Amino acid sequence: MYDVKKIREDFPILSRELYGKPLVYLDNAATSQKPRQVIDALTDYYTNYNANVHRGVHTLSQEATDLYEGARTKVARFINADEPEEIVWTRNTTESINLVAHTWAKANIQAGDEIVVTPMEHHSNLVPWQQVARESGAKLRIMPLAEDAGLDMSQIDQYITSRTKLLAMVHVSNGIGAVNPVKELAAKARKVGAAVLVDGAQSVPHMPVDVKDIDCDFMAFSGHKMLGPTGIGALYVKRETLEEMDPFLTGGEMVLEVWYDRASWNDLPMRFEAGTPNIADAVGLGAAVDYLEGIGMENIRQHEVQLTEYALDAFKEIEAVDLFGPLESERRGGILSFHTDIVHPHDLGTFLDRDAIAIRTGHHCTMPLMRSLGVVASARASLYLYNTEEEIDCLVDSLKRALRYFGDGTR
Amino acid sequence: MARDDLDELFGDDLILDHRRHPRNPEVIDGAAVKADGANPFCGDEVHLQLAIDEQGRVSDTGFQGVGCAINQASGSMLSEAVKGKTIEEIHDLRKLFDGLMQGRPPSEEEAADLGDLAAMTAVLAFPIRIKCALLPWATLEDGIAESRK
Repeated sequence: MYDVKKIREDFPILSRELYGKPLVYLDNAATSQKPRQVIDALTDYYTNYNANVHRGVHTLSQEATDLYEGARTKVARFINADEPEEIVWTRNTTESINLVAHTWAKANIQAGDEIVVTPMEHHSNLVPWQQVARESGAKLRIMPLAEDAGLDMSQIDQYITSRTKLLAMVHVSNGIGAVNPVKELAAKARKVGAAVLVDGAQSVPHMPVDVKDIDCDFMAFSGHKMLGPTGIGALYVKRETLEEMDPFLTGGEMVLEVWYDRASWNDLPMRFEAGTPNIADAVGLGAAVDYLEGIGMENIRQHEVQLTEYALDAFKEIEAVDLFGPLESERRGGILSFHTDIVHPHDLGTFLDRDAIAIRTGHHCTMPLMRSLGVVASARASLYLYNTEEEIDCLVDSLKRALRYFGDGTR
Repeated sequence: MARDDLDELFGDDLILDHRRHPRNPEVIDGAAVKADGANPFCGDEVHLQLAIDEQGRVSDTGFQGVGCAINQASGSMLSEAVKGKTIEEIHDLRKLFDGLMQGRPPSEEEAADLGDLAAMTAVLAFPIRIKCALLPWATLEDGIAESRK
């Protein structure tokens, strides 16, 4: 039995009030809130174990290393990687993707090759490939959008061809919530010998994700969107791909042996982790993974599907609002992105804020997608494991009042 | 009541009126100063034109734009406030408006100079939105600099 009330008790911030009303936090696609278990793990680490990792012979260093590497093992298991060595720590999804662009792509993508992306990429999975294409002479190809703003699968074979070197795709769109069929697309890419990168920033926190089942080379995601601290993210790289890759940043920690004129590289994955890493936040992310697994990713996905269906029903009744993205819950994450001619998204965001409702307004770092949808900005409510039907009611009620307020001036 | 500051902003008669009925909407062809600005963060756009007479004073203005209520009202008010002013006086007015948006209360004389723009103090309750109010002014300043090149 999914006990959302009990879950909410684990998140201290959810008991805050703003303007005399209880906080309704619906900006989870931007960042998630943190349970006490994660906050305590950070405090516990700094209170009892803080030391630099890997190089120390003293006890604290050994304990810190065990905690830090233990977190890597947890994250690897969480996405069903074969071994912890396939997890490279980064700051966030953006850095994970840039790591691939600056290492693997530099070595493997040449003039005449093609990089294929979806039309709904976050800027972080688009701009790096624009740069790679510019520098290598490769071509960047954008798959088409379907009528319902999902991916148009009917023309896929014209995009994934023998010239494709890399398929880089978002799993769940942060802009409109569409879930892309990454497994099916990865299989097509495999058939033509292309590598596959999945941006899992909005999927890994919200549903069971299995990198072996998808059969991707790279999976990028951020800790702070999955109940973990900011400043820690991960890049999964399939072992055989990782072994071929040259280092990204160089310096301490990533080397095995150094001479005045040369150096040899450390083992995987430390080869990609130059300098003192973000130890405490990695440990915090490990605690977040424990928390998510304790509730169960399938249960979290089911909760979000139910909430999304509840919200979609309520939105249907508001005529003045256009909701973007596919309407079937299996093709949609818990993201409700919408637009109305009556009120500018930022004015709406300000209105909802005074009802203590936090949503995101703007382009959500998906400017090309917003342009394709014919808007410059949208309002976005995004759900997570601790949200409730009552909170959806608050959102819908405040939205209706905002439409009246800005529409005909009724207060 | 949490709604009070909202009402002061979106429900203020002046702001509401400028938002619903922006002043000087006609484009001035061949204007001496032509300014186009945008905030890509929210997609807001501001287009301003100033016609300047032989005495160097603004004889007519044009304002068009898309965007949030604050940006649109601010642009409309600007198009009224700069009429009859020299470029130097417009610079002074901008400084006055910048001060207003930094929370500096205007003197009685300054308030008279600001006219409807003084109503924009309501934005101060929403710090993240101050940029929306400033966009038309930043746009105009760029346009003036461009016209002098």
